[in-house]
Amino acid sequence: MSTDRRTMMKATGATLGAAAFARALAPLTEWTEDLSVEGFLQRHYKELSRDDMAAVLRRIEDQTREEYGASVHVEDVRPTPGVQFAYALNLSVCIGCRRCAKACHEENNHDRATNNSYIRVLEMSNGSLDLEHGNALYDHEVPAPGKFYMPVQCHQCDNAPCVKVCPVEATWKESDGIVVVDYDWCIGCRYCEAACPYHARRFNWTKPEIPAEEINPEQAYLSNRIRPQGVMEKCTFCLHRTRKGRLPACLEACPTGARVFGNLADPDSEIRWVLENKRVFVLKEDLGTQPRFFYFFDE
Amino acid sequence: MNTDSPASGTTAHAVLSYPQFLWKALGVATDGGPLFYGWMTALTAIWLVGVNAFAHQTVHGQGLTAMTDHVSWGMYIGNFTFAVGLAAGAVMMVIPAYVYKDKEMHDVVIVGEILAISAICVALSFVNVDIGRLDRLWHMIPGIGRFNWPVSMLTWDVIVLSGYLLINLHVVGYMLYMRFLGRTPDKKWVLPFVFLSIVWAVSIHTVTAFLYSGLGGRPFWNSAVLAPRFIASAFVSGPAFIVLALQLMNRLTAFKAGEGAVQTLIQILRVTALANLFLVFAEVFTEFYTGGSHVAAAQYLYFGLHGKNALVPWIWTAIACDVFAAIVFLTVDPKKNLWIIDVACVATLFGLWVEKGLGLIVPGFVPSTLHELVEYVPNMVEWKISLGIWALGLMIFTLGLKIAVAVFTDAMHVEEA
Repeated sequence: MSTDRRTMMKATGATLGAAAFARALAPLTEWTEDLSVEGFLQRHYKELSRDDMAAVLRRIEDQTREEYGASVHVEDVRPTPGVQFAYALNLSVCIGCRRCAKACHEENNHDRATNNSYIRVLEMSNGSLDLEHGNALYDHEVPAPGKFYMPVQCHQCDNAPCVKVCPVEATWKESDGIVVVDYDWCIGCRYCEAACPYHARRFNWTKPEIPAEEINPEQAYLSNRIRPQGVMEKCTFCLHRTRKGRLPACLEACPTGARVFGNLADPDSEIRWVLENKRVFVLKEDLGTQPRFFYFFDE
Repeated sequence: MNTDSPASGTTAHAVLSYPQFLWKALGVATDGGPLFYGWMTALTAIWLVGVNAFAHQTVHGQGLTAMTDHVSWGMYIGNFTFAVGLAAGAVMMVIPAYVYKDKEMHDVVIVGEILAISAICVALSFVNVDIGRLDRLWHMIPGIGRFNWPVSMLTWDVIVLSGYLLINLHVVGYMLYMRFLGRTPDKKWVLPFVFLSIVWAVSIHTVTAFLYSGLGGRPFWNSAVLAPRFIASAFVSGPAFIVLALQLMNRLTAFKAGEGAVQTLIQILRVTALANLFLVFAEVFTEFYTGGSHVAAAQYLYFGLHGKNALVPWIWTAIACDVFAAIVFLTVDPKKNLWIIDVACVATLFGLWVEKGLGLIVPGFVPSTLHELVEYVPNMVEWKISLGIWALGLMIFTLGLKIAVAVFTDAMHVEEA
């Protein structure tokens, strides 16, 4: 074969290859349309100035209007100095109705199709606290005889494995004890999801879908704003509510009063009373995660 | 082949000769017979199918895969782990060549280094297709982003993997370029990097094991024997792959590896295949003899749990392959029946791909941390992307070897202006 013919063949091959490559990547155009330069260049939460943050919040509001057709109000709600949040759950009175999980689903603008929630309720058999004997997929009238119920959500650990493993510091513990995620900084490697011993973290496997009329418009940057595709999310003790003096949505929804939430630093708080007077325990204490989420029995 | 070529008095300046080196390498890499073009076209086609599936996954999200919040790592991270092992295993040519000054191994050690480069490219590609926001990868760059070093083991992995890639690129590039110029490589530009690469090879698979073994919430991974197991299996998969590659090169190219190199690698396999099986056995004993809830994941992997048993046939096939290979390495005379050794190499590569792949990753998640049993079987999107990445790796390996063969057989040589 002559050199010329060989060069010609190579050029043809390279052209065909490049065309096939471009064709294979064609679906990406749809993706790049959704990317904005400001979004791409946005800094980490802790590096944003007040003005930067204001611009980011407006952009998120605009995007939500554009993509979901809903007018929402997104704030950056900061922790109050001197406040230390903690949560306790009375296993003696929880009836496993899962109203807390439903309230979480609605409050936090979760994807409707997957019925996602930060709370998973386990049906346990009397006589064992071993999670191995739990079942989250029960589908019958509650409470069932011989059973008790254990809702599990983020424990806001003081020694949080998820925070430790994050390669880009996209998740951290705030001064009031809440572990948060910067949804605009997370790269979606899911190492935190593997590290969490409580199945508390969720990944946005697809872009969340919610009808405009069902969107909760009161939103915060670090909590219940609609998350982007491909990032992690988790329970934030409803910081957009609790940092303004309200109670978490799951607590308000509970029909039995099983949930106790409050400020550990306040000696007169109900949570302090529970921790001082009840036989309280935490899940998987041996792992040394030091949760801020406690369980107790009445009797 | 002749390594001590006379240092010819070439005066070509690097500014002229290096572009020439690259240009000629491009020519060599795109020239070949029908077999070569057929092979490369097939690999390109498989790769493009993967690229297309990846484009769809990027647009619609990882929801297109079979992964869930219960099993949040799967096929991609499994393949990543195996590929890191393959890269680390290539060092088993470097040690005989440079530490024990094995002449015949020294002649072909570049094959191992090119394997290391290709396998690291494969490993990094698997991480990239696994993460949800590829557009934010820059968040990891120290200085510009926020690199959580030294706390996050993942940042250590980024450092050791990219470091290993750079070291091997330097060694391979420098050796080929010197040879292309007809010069004897300067030892001070080779030996420090080669010895660094030996330590570094151990580090890449140790750190990768620490990624998993450091997680207290996942009892199946939270075992001190995981890092030694990773190293042992790497020292099986690397040599097994190279044994096959050297024989193929002897048949298909002008490059003739001496008999001795293959024999040395088989001697290494005799030890490492047994060491790997021993460590698997130690792990299995500890799990099952202790019992309790700690054993649930191992129970799921080896025997199935509460009627869920997707991995059982895979892991037993893998163990059968590994045991068969170990017996073959120990009993078959490689000088008489090399083909049986080759079958054993293929078998153990498959076995380790299962054991270090899905067999390692999935039981970490089944049962979940709340003891829920949600199974995972990779779907078509994951297969397409995974095969695409392996095709890319084989292309890099093929082209790397093609250039190396041309340089070492003096078919590609500098031309004075």
